[in-house]
Amino acid sequence: MSIDLTIAIIITMVGASTPLLLAALGELVVEKSGVLNLGVEGMMLTGAVVGFAVTYTTGNPWLGILAAGFAGACVSMIFAFLTLSLFANQVATGLALTIFGAGFSALFGQAFTGKPIKLFKSIFPDYLTDHPILRVFFDHSPLVYFSLFMVFAVSYFLYKTRAGLVLRAVGENDHSAHSIGYSVIKVRYGAVGFGGMMAGIGGACFPLLLTPQWVEGLTGGRGWIALALVVFSAWKPTRLLAGAYLFGLIATMEVYAKAAGGGFRIIPSELWASLPYLATILVLVLISLRHKMSSSAPACLGKPFIPSN
Amino acid sequence: MNNEQGLRLELDGIVKAFPGVLANDDISFSIKKGEIHALLGENGAGKSTLVKMIYGIMKPDEGTIAWNGKPMNIVNPKAARALGIGMVFQHFSLFEAMTVLENIALGMDEKMSKKALEEKVVNIMQKYGLSLNPKRIVSTLGVGERQRIEIVRALLLNPKLLIMDEPTSVLTPQEVAQLFNVLRQLSSDGCSILYISHKLDEIKELCDSATILRGGKVVATCDPKKETAKTMAAMMIGTSLQAINKVKSKELLEIGFSVNNLSLKGGGDFGVSLKDISFDVYRGEILGIAGVAGNGQNELQLVLSGEIVLKDKAKISMNNIEIGNMSAKERRKHGLCAVPEERHGHAAVPEFSLNDNAILTARNRQNMVRAGMINANIAKQFTTKIIDEFNVMTTGHGASASSLSGGNLQKFIMGREILQVPDVLVVSQPTWGVDAGAASAIHQALIDLAKGGAAIVIISQDLDELLELCDSLAIINEGTLSQKQKVGVMSIEEIGLLMGGVHGEAKPSSSEVGHEGIANAN
Repeated sequence: MSIDLTIAIIITMVGASTPLLLAALGELVVEKSGVLNLGVEGMMLTGAVVGFAVTYTTGNPWLGILAAGFAGACVSMIFAFLTLSLFANQVATGLALTIFGAGFSALFGQAFTGKPIKLFKSIFPDYLTDHPILRVFFDHSPLVYFSLFMVFAVSYFLYKTRAGLVLRAVGENDHSAHSIGYSVIKVRYGAVGFGGMMAGIGGACFPLLLTPQWVEGLTGGRGWIALALVVFSAWKPTRLLAGAYLFGLIATMEVYAKAAGGGFRIIPSELWASLPYLATILVLVLISLRHKMSSSAPACLGKPFIPSN
Repeated sequence: MNNEQGLRLELDGIVKAFPGVLANDDISFSIKKGEIHALLGENGAGKSTLVKMIYGIMKPDEGTIAWNGKPMNIVNPKAARALGIGMVFQHFSLFEAMTVLENIALGMDEKMSKKALEEKVVNIMQKYGLSLNPKRIVSTLGVGERQRIEIVRALLLNPKLLIMDEPTSVLTPQEVAQLFNVLRQLSSDGCSILYISHKLDEIKELCDSATILRGGKVVATCDPKKETAKTMAAMMIGTSLQAINKVKSKELLEIGFSVNNLSLKGGGDFGVSLKDISFDVYRGEILGIAGVAGNGQNELQLVLSGEIVLKDKAKISMNNIEIGNMSAKERRKHGLCAVPEERHGHAAVPEFSLNDNAILTARNRQNMVRAGMINANIAKQFTTKIIDEFNVMTTGHGASASSLSGGNLQKFIMGREILQVPDVLVVSQPTWGVDAGAASAIHQALIDLAKGGAAIVIISQDLDELLELCDSLAIINEGTLSQKQKVGVMSIEEIGLLMGGVHGEAKPSSSEVGHEGIANAN
């Protein structure tokens, strides 16, 4: 394989991984606090359509991203209110959130179907982004660097700061955290809001980084892969990075296999397209085999917390 | 002004009501500086509710709490800690997957670096002779060590009042002695201690004064040194306790239940492996298995009851039938009943009615099912019989299991198994969370069952209970079971050492073992 092709594959892979990585990082923080929000797909779609709309109207992708993050956080607050304040079932509410996001984005996005925007391109000068070798570092959207930064930011937050320690404690044993005097509900609201913001930005990656247009159901189920990735990573941010890039690579193979032709043609492209989803199932099966009894999952994951008073 | 009298904490007319219950009814008492004050009462007497209000977890409906003579409104645990109130919980408020140091950091309100905190922790531990490795993950620690984390966490705040909620219920005798040393040292430094317990001997040994609660009210205050355990028990329960009627001499001829060279690999991170366990229980014998929690009791219970099925059927046998490879259902048919430790989800389905819960384990032995159909009448009669004979407080056989208090549900579950008149009964924590009156009724029922020829195995952390109830005793430690001994042959010290780890060399009345054990433990 030529160097050019390798670099091209890497760049596509990194791009394809970024929405997954962002959404999964957000969900990781949510789950670390003990909340299971299955509405990632819905929040990503909301972020995608809002990000597209704002970028299209203002012509400013930065504003688009901000708006997408804000929209994601707003939608997640519906989930937070229902599950944390009204103690609704988290799984059912999360699923409802996904359906809501899909419906809302389809409705809101109708006006924008077929309208073009510009991709959010690299901010580095041309001689770096066009350089045959160095472009592997510089020919990326700012969103890519943001996602990498967030991996380390989340990791630092969770394991080096006191707030991160409290968040993990809340996810590990909510009643203990409450009896020591931490506000379980507040911490979880914050985590869910952060998760919503990250999912929103992740969703905005689709129109701004991958395909510069709005189509209904643009995220194509990536929110579900993001959820699987969190399990795959055993709730560790750095392992999440590896996992996201692995999935990105599988997704990229589809594109390049089609282009390469020859032997790759034997496998129908539909199968290539389904590979990331098959891989998700495979990974989940392998993990549950390996972990069987033990688990690195936060102990209170998905359990509602009803304070005694 | 009160301050001059040296009063640390004064409670005046505290009232707290929950829907349907008056948990605390006009409670008033005070604690002096440096005093070790016992709060004594049965389960449900309102002790935990009261201290939760002192620690700011709940708010009283009425009444005042005064601290150093000034009325205070303690809004949350943080405010309590700021005043100098520390608390060691009965159910530890620890985070399993985190390190000791992280756990301690979570209990601190002031910000400090990891290093500074570690230094402070080491200093405190040296001062009070507590040993702990700050880097260990909590899930790998035993109960005594876990309690030490809670104590260190409380001591770091320089408490003026330390609340200890049933601190000794899971400790070995040696650990209890060590804890008492720490508490006495604290008290001589001027720290008041509110010591919650229902263990009367301990209170006599440790405490300067005692307030006794019953049904949410203060029924007496006394000096425990001047009382006997009996008189305090009478104040606590309201009537004098009925002594249980133990069969003095028994002829044990026929082996009813036996376990041969049983080994089992522990599953998961927190599982304990069972190592080559063998014992025989005669018909009519009650064997107690003592030990500190987390030493393989859960695993042993699961294997004996049939929740974990073995491949080799010869490992467990009853009445000369090999049952090792049988499921719990088949074992029940053969006459082995079991009461697991976990009430909700293990011993009973919380959402099901008592009736349905009775059907779940008694359907075969009580002929409740014919051709796949449940005979509702038999089930109802059986459930009603349990409720009557074991004095279960409930609205009736249709009440859901979750509507019962823990102690009541335990009575129901014990009754359900005992009334099936099994040949072998395996029980974990038979009286856990049950008040003293009901506990003695359960004890009597167990003794009567044994008298009828059943072989009974009781796995419990409550050593006093086992000594009172059992004919013989074995101790489980890190998955290994000691030799079975007649109760009364081993001294409490020896039992404590076996629970703490020196294994297999228990010679009757040997002081050498004691020294060795203490050296090892340090």
